[in-house]
Amino acid sequence: MSVQTLHFVPSADFHARARAALDDPKLRQSFRGAMDFLQGKRSAQFPDANELEQLRDLGEAVRKHALAHLPDLLVQLERKLTEAGVQVHWAENADEANRIIFGIAQENKARRIIKGKSMASEEIELNHYLAERGIACMESDMGEYIVQMAGEKPSHIVMPAIHKTRADIGELFEQNIPDTPYTEDVDTLIQTGRSALRQAFVDADIGLSGVNFAAADTGTLWLVENEGNGRLSTTVPDIHIAIMGMEKVVAKLEHIVPLASLLTRSATGQAITTYFNLISGPRRPGEKDGPRQLHLVLLDNGRSQAYADEQLRATLQCIRCGACMNHCPVYTRVGGHAYGTTYPGPIGKIISPHLLGLEATADLATASSLCGACAEVCPVRIPIPQLLVRLRGEANRSPDEEVAHPLRGQGAKYSRGERLVWRFWSGAFASPAAYRTFRWAATRLRALAPKQQMGWTDHREPLQPAARSLADLLKARGQPE
Amino acid sequence: MSGPGPRERMLGRLRAASLNAATAKQGSWYLEASGNAREARPGGAGELHGIAPVDARSNLALLDHRIDVHFARRRPQSAAAADPVATMQTALTASHATVWRAASDEWPEQLAQKLSEANIRHLLLDSARTEAAALKAALPAQLKTLDFDRPLEEWKSELFTGVDAGFTVARSGIAATGTLILAPDAGTPRTVSLVPPLHIALVYTSTLHADLHAAVHAERWAEGMPSNLVLVSGPSKTSDIQQTLAYGAHGPRWLWVIIVDDLAGGMR
Repeated sequence: MSVQTLHFVPSADFHARARAALDDPKLRQSFRGAMDFLQGKRSAQFPDANELEQLRDLGEAVRKHALAHLPDLLVQLERKLTEAGVQVHWAENADEANRIIFGIAQENKARRIIKGKSMASEEIELNHYLAERGIACMESDMGEYIVQMAGEKPSHIVMPAIHKTRADIGELFEQNIPDTPYTEDVDTLIQTGRSALRQAFVDADIGLSGVNFAAADTGTLWLVENEGNGRLSTTVPDIHIAIMGMEKVVAKLEHIVPLASLLTRSATGQAITTYFNLISGPRRPGEKDGPRQLHLVLLDNGRSQAYADEQLRATLQCIRCGACMNHCPVYTRVGGHAYGTTYPGPIGKIISPHLLGLEATADLATASSLCGACAEVCPVRIPIPQLLVRLRGEANRSPDEEVAHPLRGQGAKYSRGERLVWRFWSGAFASPAAYRTFRWAATRLRALAPKQQMGWTDHREPLQPAARSLADLLKARGQPE
Repeated sequence: MSGPGPRERMLGRLRAASLNAATAKQGSWYLEASGNAREARPGGAGELHGIAPVDARSNLALLDHRIDVHFARRRPQSAAAADPVATMQTALTASHATVWRAASDEWPEQLAQKLSEANIRHLLLDSARTEAAALKAALPAQLKTLDFDRPLEEWKSELFTGVDAGFTVARSGIAATGTLILAPDAGTPRTVSLVPPLHIALVYTSTLHADLHAAVHAERWAEGMPSNLVLVSGPSKTSDIQQTLAYGAHGPRWLWVIIVDDLAGGMR
């Protein structure tokens, strides 16, 4: 499986980018303000701790149930949608998904695509793929529109332009939208964006969207948004293409009710968003608007790797609310771009290794204090810290070791030297004689301890064995070892 | 084409994994982890949690029951159940809509008055509906009404630039969140509530549900969905620029909701 993916930011080198982000006071300030705001909004939505915990139980149960029956639910969803006139496509990887979408565009001689927000399309780098083939994709979500204008990628899955200040955006609009004077007034900026995009909805041949939830029993695609650009993208153009990670299906429409409530409250602290858009098919005879063609692309792209392992499967419970990143002490300081992946923050650290392989993402699992804040706010109880520990293990496992569910890039951080040190260590501790010799040598030769001890001495005093070991001290007090 | 396609390969991988999981021992690592969290929680020993352990293979009926019990239990204590109309009004006002209550014979006059004041000139409505007929009778002459009588593509540009307001009658409402449930049809298609800068919605008090769960059940959504169902809870908005709330991002900038009292006079 060779997937050609172009990343505007390479996903390796987390450390270097994190350092750069930490040195950027403007970025740190915008993140600090944004995260305080989002954390406050979320907690205000859950005044009743008991209700929250019950709802989280339900959310987890719904997602676990859906995952346990995933293949059957996908087949059921496909059948229901097909009956309603939707064309369902299956894509194993990013390249395949891109080719499917390009194929639909070619077949219909489409030149212009207007997009609602879709992280899955970011994941497959769709804009780039289509631009190379002469098809323009325009982001219509205000945050995505801003980052597209800046030639960047989203730094947050719910709030794509969270790293930008209103002054940054004022400058961007002034430089990129004709006849736009500089302003920091948010209302004026939004109205400028609105009128710039208005014509794009009229002109677009294809509207593209993501999917928040899909119900297998009714064949309904459930889209959550505030702006109305999602509704416009899925209603006004003659063709609507929806793309979703294949894990997003649930058994019943009714199961989405608790999930939707958890999603909006966890993400932006809203009891409900302005629009819930429930789409169950293209325009029917007699209807006067809505797309005439509706396509759904079901995307694997590494998800089945997570699915195959009972522990890692919990990764797929995610409903993409972003609460984990809003509460993560690492994310809130370095921002989303440091990760170099489509999905940043705690959830990104556990999902990206499946999408991109551990080779490219081995650093991410180490970028966590394991404080557990992410797991505590996760509306569907994904045990993110435990999964991070597991992925650290997978990255350090020998690449040659045979395991039941090998991960792509297994052993990306494996070090033969480290392995040798540990082997020596365990040997020394397993035999009393060897241990005594080691102890004797360590205390006598303590002056030889290096002054530079890799990362440790960057911020701390070098470690040095004590002059007398604990065993010697005990012996001196007449106590046995 | 030879060999299985992506569909078969994807399903094949998932099925193989399901089989492995089915034969694997129960009580796996992650169930333990989340089980501990549940125990440590305040009030976590309630009987609700005792109903079913979170099990990947928990049965569907049990799951449905748990969801129903959760919402049914909260409902009687909620403001939405005690006074749905007031709750609806408060919630909609909080999300920046203009809301008022009216008797069924007085709203057309009131709305006509407000439309004149707002200087609305082109109003999109469905003349075939009784509500639209009543409104039309009350409107001043300079206010033009038009019907959505052609497919969208025949007048897309005109709709986007030349229509000030769209009038819809909601199928029902959700009190707790101040939500209008719209089921677009041939007379009032999807774009009526979306493209014009002002969206006016009429909702009857008799159609108000306490919450979304109640609406889904009472209206039996699972038995068949229209091609599009839209839940609207306020005018279009965004906080994408430095977390500052702004209205009219793409959809309507203004939302007017008339809650028509059809219960007071014993009409229904």
